[in-house]
Amino acid sequence: MTGSGDSSGLRLKNVGIRLNGQPLLEIDCHILPGTILTIMGESGSGKSSLLDFIAGFLRPDFQSEGNVFLNGEDLTFLPAQERHIGLMFQAPLLFPHMSVLQNLLFAIPPKIRARAERRQLAQQALEDVGLAGFGARDPATLSGGQQTRVALMRTLLAEPRALLLDEPFSSLDQTRRSDVRDLVFRLARANDLPVLLVTHDEEDARSAGGMVHFLDGTTNENGCSETRQPQIAVSER
Amino acid sequence: MPKATGGPDIPTILVVSLLAGPVCAGLAGTVLPAFGYLPVLGYHTFSLAPFWELFRMPGLSTSVLLSFGTGLAASILSLAIVLLFTAAWSGTRTFHRLTRFLSPLLSVPHAAAAIGLAFLIAPSGFLARLVSPWATGWTRPPDLLILNDPAGYAMTLGLVAKEVPFLFLMTLAALNRPHIRDYYKAGASLGYGRMSTFFKLILPQIYPLIRLPMLAVIAYSTSVVDVAQILGPTTPAPLAPRLVSWMNDPDLAKRLMASAGALLQLAVSAGALLTYLGLERLVTLWLTSRFESGHRRRGDALGRQAALVPMLLVIAIMTASLALLGLWSAARSWWFPAALPQRWGIERMFDAFGMGGPALFATLAIAAAAAGIATALALWLLEARGHRKVPLRGRLNTLIFLPLLLPQISFLFGLQMLFLLAGLSGSFEAVLLAHLIFVFPYAFLALSDPWNRLDPRYAKAAASTGASRARIFWQIQLPLLLRPVLVTAAVAAAVSVGQYLPTLMIGAGRIVTVTTESVALASGGNRQVAALYALLQLIIPLVGFSLAALVPSIVFRHRAAMRLER
Repeated sequence: MTGSGDSSGLRLKNVGIRLNGQPLLEIDCHILPGTILTIMGESGSGKSSLLDFIAGFLRPDFQSEGNVFLNGEDLTFLPAQERHIGLMFQAPLLFPHMSVLQNLLFAIPPKIRARAERRQLAQQALEDVGLAGFGARDPATLSGGQQTRVALMRTLLAEPRALLLDEPFSSLDQTRRSDVRDLVFRLARANDLPVLLVTHDEEDARSAGGMVHFLDGTTNENGCSETRQPQIAVSER
Repeated sequence: MPKATGGPDIPTILVVSLLAGPVCAGLAGTVLPAFGYLPVLGYHTFSLAPFWELFRMPGLSTSVLLSFGTGLAASILSLAIVLLFTAAWSGTRTFHRLTRFLSPLLSVPHAAAAIGLAFLIAPSGFLARLVSPWATGWTRPPDLLILNDPAGYAMTLGLVAKEVPFLFLMTLAALNRPHIRDYYKAGASLGYGRMSTFFKLILPQIYPLIRLPMLAVIAYSTSVVDVAQILGPTTPAPLAPRLVSWMNDPDLAKRLMASAGALLQLAVSAGALLTYLGLERLVTLWLTSRFESGHRRRGDALGRQAALVPMLLVIAIMTASLALLGLWSAARSWWFPAALPQRWGIERMFDAFGMGGPALFATLAIAAAAAGIATALALWLLEARGHRKVPLRGRLNTLIFLPLLLPQISFLFGLQMLFLLAGLSGSFEAVLLAHLIFVFPYAFLALSDPWNRLDPRYAKAAASTGASRARIFWQIQLPLLLRPVLVTAAVAAAVSVGQYLPTLMIGAGRIVTVTTESVALASGGNRQVAALYALLQLIIPLVGFSLAALVPSIVFRHRAAMRLER
């Protein structure tokens, strides 16, 4: 299902970020539910700052302008906790003091109160990514790919309304990489989430299949910031 | 895996003998007299008589309860203040600003802080003066037991004011681990409130690094002497100061009882440590049971404000106390209830420098020697460990912190006796050795983290050019770590200046530092002189930390990458 009109999805409206007065990046974009926008750029091009801005973590020495809308709601001045934006990092960042299952239970919203139901949800999530029976394990004993899959389910169980991916596949080896990547994209689409992927790997961008935006400040034929107009997002697939 | 370089591990042996030697010998020297065996004084038979004598002392159980209660309460209160504040404000501007206030407070010796606090809260102190006589009607100091109150509140407050900066800096260092920032983000992006994120995600990961310092705080607080003498109850006093007075009693037979008391002190501190470990277990269980509930606790704005209050209070109290030291030492006359001195005069300051000169010089000499030796030894140990690829864990690590986990008094008694027998009591070397036992652990604590965080590839790159181990150390590792090495030396010097009991016991009155002098003066009537000596205690740490900040920025003024990051 596509939310009709402009309001559904993640909208970055005339966003500009500066560091100590120096312009870092400008972007104006609309990511429809179920689509992926890939942002590419060298390190230092401001990719992480953009994610920090959208998720609500921008450090005070950065200045920003513009707004972030999620399904029509202006998030720009909300604290990170209230934004319902799921984040995946370069490292899986499973909480090392909890079991795999506890990591997932931690993410399930408290409105699901029954202990049995919560556990059932977490177990199901593990099964969905082929990790049934891993619940009691120490996260440190999992392989990189397994950890990333748990991290993905942890993010999704919190019922986010958008997904930000900060090079989450960069720590995986080539063979695992495409499997995990396809899984992430498939589940994001299945949940109808707008996704913003930051990467410097062209394979990632190709596999995402959506629009690609370059942050190098050079050419941006298919990017969205130059036009300064609400972008017509790539068609859904 | 090939075994690392052979040959004896000299730094490890040195450290072990420096720490374990005096501690074990000291403990033995305490245990034997406690059971009635002290041949020098003519006691040749073992008996329990010293203990019976000890238990007959009036008010002993009150003393024990005071030591246990004030020490444990002050430690837990300090940890709670630090953790709540960190949970609520870490990563904010407020946090960074207050960090700048708290760091220098760490270098204030306990005795100086206690004297300043006494000037603040005493019935004739600054707070009473502020509201007198217009609000209270007091024209002379009221007859209130605020200072030296029988329940030990003033003493607890004094300990809290001093332990909060220490535990805060330990927490700050623990937060300085890779990925901690990302875990904050992970918690927030899952919708968890700031404090919830800290207690559920961050604290379980960093607590292992705070635990040892916390245990040291408990061992210290339950057996503290200088703060107890200045702020603590007197009828009866807590256990540790009573032990010191028995030990210094002209009646030498009291030494047996004092030794038995030192063992009792050991039991009191051990009891406090065990109680804490039990509480820690309960809190851990409770916290762990909350991991799975999914409650986000996003509405923590009120809790965050509440967490700020005690921290601000501690900073305000410490700042005011130090300011009062300055005021008093510049005052010529300052009668109650005037809020500020009636007459100023700094001639007394020069007098004090004249009088306190020898004490200041002795303090400086011991502090410089202790700082130099402790820092060099810590460097040597870390370098050798790195070279041998032996991680520093387990037994050696515990051993290094052992002197901080035992009440000082429990082995200083025995050590004093041994030095007396060896004819070394009151010598510079003996006092220096006693200081090193307590200075080295802090030096090691301050240095090991920066050392371990130094990118090992620098040494590898140097080695690949054919540089020898010595050259790598002197030309690569040491310069790269110049700042933390100097900070370590400054910390070591500050710890040395703060040592009261080791100087008192081992110095035997012949080695006098500004710290032993100011504790002695604190109970006397002359506030100006007491304030001046307390200020003199601050000079050495102040100079040390200033040099540690200044020297690297001058040496590396043309090296952008060597500047401190934000």
